[in-house]
Amino acid sequence: MNGAAVEVMGVEKVFGRGSEEEVTALSGVDLTIAPGEFVTLIGPSGCGKSTFLRLIGNLLEPTAGSVEVFGKSAHQARMDQDYGMVFQHAGLFDWRRVAANIELPLELRGWSKADRSDRSKEMLDLVKLPDFGGHYPRQLSGGMQQRVAIARALSFEPRLLLMDEPFGALDEMTREHMQGELLRIWHETGTTVVFVTHSISESAFLSNRVVVLSPRPGRIHSIVEIGLGERSEDTREDPRFFEASTEVREALRAVEDGS
Amino acid sequence: MNAGRLRVLMPPLVTGALFIGAWEGGVRVLGIREFLLPRPTSIWAQLTSQWPTLRHAGWETGRIAVSGLVVGIIAGVLLAFFTTRFRTVNEGITPLAVAVNATPIVALAPIFNAWFGITGTLSNQAVVVAVVFFPVFINTAKGLTEVHPDEIELMHSYAAGEWTILREVRIPNALPFFANALRLVAPLSVIAAIVAEYFGGPQDRIGNVITSNAGFARYDAAWAAIAVASAVGLALFATALLLERVSMPWRLVGGESESTTKP
Ligand SMILES: Nc1ncnc2c1ncn2[C@@H]1O[C@H](COP(=O)(O)OP(=O)(O)OP(=O)(O)O)[C@@H](O)[C@H]1O
Ligand SMILES: [Mg+2]
Repeated sequence: MNGAAVEVMGVEKVFGRGSEEEVTALSGVDLTIAPGEFVTLIGPSGCGKSTFLRLIGNLLEPTAGSVEVFGKSAHQARMDQDYGMVFQHAGLFDWRRVAANIELPLELRGWSKADRSDRSKEMLDLVKLPDFGGHYPRQLSGGMQQRVAIARALSFEPRLLLMDEPFGALDEMTREHMQGELLRIWHETGTTVVFVTHSISESAFLSNRVVVLSPRPGRIHSIVEIGLGERSEDTREDPRFFEASTEVREALRAVEDGS
Repeated sequence: MNAGRLRVLMPPLVTGALFIGAWEGGVRVLGIREFLLPRPTSIWAQLTSQWPTLRHAGWETGRIAVSGLVVGIIAGVLLAFFTTRFRTVNEGITPLAVAVNATPIVALAPIFNAWFGITGTLSNQAVVVAVVFFPVFINTAKGLTEVHPDEIELMHSYAAGEWTILREVRIPNALPFFANALRLVAPLSVIAAIVAEYFGGPQDRIGNVITSNAGFARYDAAWAAIAVASAVGLALFATALLLERVSMPWRLVGGESESTTKP
């Protein structure tokens, strides 16, 4: 398999075309993401980050331009269940217990009951909720629910992970733990990740490249290369990590200043 | 567990006992005449002396109510599925159903007698079916369609088709709405059956027992029949609650206040 994991070409997305509330969420966006790359999208609220992810996941159709995933149309990639998505809101099903929520995508892929339950146990350990498989989502806190949603997206080891502010609802320590786990999984599976965050340090810590978006209409303002190499917990105190964070921060300032 | 159940049951039991006591005492002390408001003890006396007639009447009326309930629920649910599957049908039928639902359907009882015959039970059952059908249809259709867009998006991200979405999302989402309708129509079916019996059908039912006794100024006996009717209605309501509890275990957990805010 050669070629890009994600190829976004000249994409524009207009909501409510022709109506009074017409919004151009994204305009003239080009981006190529290589297989195995970790790319973060960052930018002010409302600049089109979630829209960007939905276009890659073919949950929205672009108004103009095209999106290809693993060399096929985004639609085909969705049909082939090539990606796992973590939404901005956990979106667990109230009527399924936590383990059954994690097993849903596996069920739809026809996994056996035994395999499913083994996998959901592994996943619950991973997100540090080993004792909560039998609970219902409403018995969990918001952050715990978000971790279940992450476990659900990781459960089938997708080739592409689309994550919309997945750690936003977590406390600092859990967040750092989840960041470490995500990097470990990324390393082990070689999956491609497109990650949305509001956190400058998170973007610098996790990714190979940080895509900085500017609002109204959403455009790619600049792309910051992060040359940190392999991460460990020590990276958080590495001067080069601070330099990378500073670079992202300056790019964001430039967006705010409208330059 | 037992102590908890007792704590739940105690307040209504105490209130009920106080209510009946005040009724009995009030009628005696104020000297209200029995034909205006019989004392609970007189009603009780009628209940025991006329028990075979009342039991038969309650059973038969209950059968009308339950058979009408079953048919009305099945029809309502089927049409709800049908309309949510076909959006254009939905847009045509739902406003109509809402309008029909707002008309007092029991008023149709005399007309149903002309359609389905005045001597048999069919016209009575038809009234119950008509009363039950609309709330079940409207609520179920609402539950099947008012699904959070995020949940549909998630299913699309799994390349799930409409049938899978129906099974995994829409049906579980509709259950609380359906349960609400059930709670509403279970006692309503008894009311509909009795009102229908006022206008026609066999003469040994609760509705007739009430009208004939009231006609002869035997108000205590009429009240005894009413007591039987409310017992039947209560039994159906309790069954609806029980079904709701066993079919939706996830609603029993966690914040109790939260479960009342949802439909
Ligand atoms: N379904 C929709 N219909 C109409 N407008 C939409 C829709 N989804 C998004 N928008 C608009 O598109 C723009 C971008 O929204 P989007 O959700 O992508 O922003 P975001 O960068 O994810 O913001 P946040 O950081 O707050 O999550 C906003 O102006 C929003 O109002
Ligand atoms: Mg967003």
